[in-house]
Amino acid sequence: MIEDLILKLRKEIIDQLQLEGISPEEVDPEAPLFGEGGLGLDSIDVLEIVVLLDKNYGIKIRASKEGPKIFYSVKSIAEYILDQQKK
Amino acid sequence: MELLITRHMKLQKRRVWLNGAVEYLSEAGSVDQLFRDMYRHYDIDYPKFFKMDNLCKLAFLSTEILLRGTILLGKYPGEEVAIILENASSSLEYDQKHVESIRDRNKYFPSPSLFVYTIPNIMVAEIAIRHKVKGEHAVFILEQFDPGLIYHYVSELFRNQQVSCCLAGWVESYGDHYQSFLFVIEEEDKIRAFKGLQEYVIFDTVNTEKLFKGKSI
Repeated sequence: MIEDLILKLRKEIIDQLQLEGISPEEVDPEAPLFGEGGLGLDSIDVLEIVVLLDKNYGIKIRASKEGPKIFYSVKSIAEYILDQQKK
Repeated sequence: MELLITRHMKLQKRRVWLNGAVEYLSEAGSVDQLFRDMYRHYDIDYPKFFKMDNLCKLAFLSTEILLRGTILLGKYPGEEVAIILENASSSLEYDQKHVESIRDRNKYFPSPSLFVYTIPNIMVAEIAIRHKVKGEHAVFILEQFDPGLIYHYVSELFRNQQVSCCLAGWVESYGDHYQSFLFVIEEEDKIRAFKGLQEYVIFDTVNTEKLFKGKSI
């Protein structure tokens, strides 16, 4: 189930962040989204992903200190979504 | 102290002029396609470009073309380089897109990446980030290009010794209409060593307007 969600998330993130020339398959689910070696996202991109989670999954990120852990990678976002959906 | 226009470019109607000569001509059918084609033609590697609004894309591409192959800004500390621009439509296109995106209160998801482009000064920020410019900057919203305002404002910056170099001009974008005219202003005594390599233009209102209109000096 998490594999399906990761696949969906990769496409949604590329669309939402208008990442040119990157296919969903090229996004390593476990690679860091920010900084060196990742997709090189910035602070505006974080806000876009926050909006994406709210719009597509009804999940609101309230505690900003959780951000770095939740948004570390596509996989960590997927795990957070599944965790929230259980509650 | 004489101020000189040491480099200038213009982009309109799918043509690019650099220092008065046409150097790029496109057959693109839309503004989006034109900017995409230019990005590839000039071999630019800056993925953030694709997230910009058209005003920023125009300002970014124009600056890339203007400074391409030069170490122009590298000659000066970032704090001594200014960016002074004018345009007519401000960021109206993205202001309208933002308003449209939040019209439905039941689907209220304002986009941060849309909202960030709802001020025209963001085009200066995009140029400044790319070229490490940290000096004075301003964007004036006017009905049409005003070379006199730019001349007096920029001259004052040099007179007060606030800047050593200035990137100035007109960057206008709304819908299918786009037009940019950018130029670099430097002090004559600081570029003396390079004199003779190319023809420079004395920076004044008349010459600036002539360059904007494509007339010979």
